[in-house]
Amino acid sequence: MTLAQILLFAEGDADGASGLTLELATKARDLADTVTAFAPAHGDAMAADLGAHGVSTVYALEGLGEGLIGVHAAAALAGHIEATSPDAVFFGQTTDGRDTAARLAVLADRPVSTNNVGAEIVDGGLVTEEPIFGGTQNIFTAYRAPAPALAMFRPKSFEAEPSGGGAAAVESVAAVDPGEAGRATVTGRHAEERSGPQLDDAAVVVSGGRGLGQPEAYSMVDELAGLLGAASGASRAIVDAGWVPYAKQVGQTGKVVKPSVYIACGISGATQHLVGMKGSKNIVAINKDPEAPIFGVADLGIVGDVHKVMPALIEALKSR
Amino acid sequence: MKVVVCVKQIPDPAIPGELNPETNTLARDDKLILDESDSYGVEMALQLVEAAGGGEVSLVSMAPRSETSGLRTALAMGADDAVLISDDALAGSDALGTAKVLGAAIGELSADLVLAGVESSDGYTGTVPEMVAGVMGLPSVTFAKHIEIADGVANVQRQTEAGYDQVECALPAVVSVTAGVVEPRYPSFKGIMAAKKKPVAEKDLAALGIDQASVGTAGARQETVEVTDAPEREAGEIITDEGDAHQNIVEFLAELKVI
Repeated sequence: MTLAQILLFAEGDADGASGLTLELATKARDLADTVTAFAPAHGDAMAADLGAHGVSTVYALEGLGEGLIGVHAAAALAGHIEATSPDAVFFGQTTDGRDTAARLAVLADRPVSTNNVGAEIVDGGLVTEEPIFGGTQNIFTAYRAPAPALAMFRPKSFEAEPSGGGAAAVESVAAVDPGEAGRATVTGRHAEERSGPQLDDAAVVVSGGRGLGQPEAYSMVDELAGLLGAASGASRAIVDAGWVPYAKQVGQTGKVVKPSVYIACGISGATQHLVGMKGSKNIVAINKDPEAPIFGVADLGIVGDVHKVMPALIEALKSR
Repeated sequence: MKVVVCVKQIPDPAIPGELNPETNTLARDDKLILDESDSYGVEMALQLVEAAGGGEVSLVSMAPRSETSGLRTALAMGADDAVLISDDALAGSDALGTAKVLGAAIGELSADLVLAGVESSDGYTGTVPEMVAGVMGLPSVTFAKHIEIADGVANVQRQTEAGYDQVECALPAVVSVTAGVVEPRYPSFKGIMAAKKKPVAEKDLAALGIDQASVGTAGARQETVEVTDAPEREAGEIITDEGDAHQNIVEFLAELKVI
């Protein structure tokens, strides 16, 4: 059984749709006869990617300007869902996805189902799957409010697979003035320097945590990552402490990674961190505390001092 | 300047969480404590009021059984007073129901600025601050890592996937604060003693004029159909380093053809 139409909140940039957006498009076309998309920005640039993943039409918001996406996208979406009656609206669990879904929830008086990693149609209605208690249990929730069901999904919950379709049709959607609520404006954008493999799609990830002892020791993580062609990541503890930027954070409030190999150095394995990396194919952990929860998910666990094991590992890799 | 901070009182995260077997919602039967995520909002509020040369920091919280333990912690940090909304009909409320209640309570306080943590440590939907702004018809800036207030305008660094955006917003506004951006102060002994005497006004749904059917389990309009145990990862090999454990990692990586 499928739904008639799922509307996808599509995010991306001038180069096309984000990986998360295409993951959701792939899932949506399993669940619905028609998948459409609403793009708060870059609608034209995403049309080819979205079409190739089964989206028929992209509704591109015009005139966002320097306003924040959430409040403006929601104002336009409220009218758009009235006019097009989708059965569900899917959002990625991103900053703008959360803002937009939350604003729309208020405007449309609908609950939002959040943090989902799965979805199915049961008796004609949407049932979503959310991991709880650090991913030890999964809770399945049926949406009982009137359509559309609003649901948000975590990155890497589904595999993106092209369906072979041509570019999606693009239709303009006029901006709707959100009134006083829309008065925040973006006056500058700052991108952190990105070099080397990126956390989102690296085959190997090396991450560091509080066990490194001091900020300078993070250079060992970078060096090891360099030798393995890996992306470098971090636990929330050392991001909160200001050692490395938020862009490196792996976990519930950071990035979700599923590399082929994940190497955790001096990370104890708080729930917050585990939910962001336990989907990795192979996990190596180095930690001095044999009771650390990270060993519960490790395929190879080394109980030892990162300040001894990491330099020795780096030397051994250099001499190969 | 008057700053209102939304704070959540949650079960101690150090104790493994449990579901109420009848409702499949998080069990909240034990004492609740201040969510660490919200201590950043409280600290930010105290710093902004100090920077403004004075003002008032008020707390708003929704919790069962007239719980005030977490509120007292935030009052001990230096907040001036609190409003607690407690009503049996609120059990099972989702993010939207919570935002309706918080929005109504904050609306009575004439705030210049409303602060909240980005997401709670137990529910972590990350949607309540934006929903509160929606309910109140206010602008919002979420995921703030730095806030400056001057001449009635907030200048906020909003964390993004790529870095941050500089956002300008005339007050009043709702701003959600990311964890770790300020160092929450420890309550002093004097602060703890003073907190016991600070006013906490308790309200129920009737006092806020909210219809019971729009909040709680009824308002959430969602039904738990199943709870399953997630498959556990198979236990791996654990080795204690005696000077050569790095070789095990090298072999492991070679086997996987990473090197």
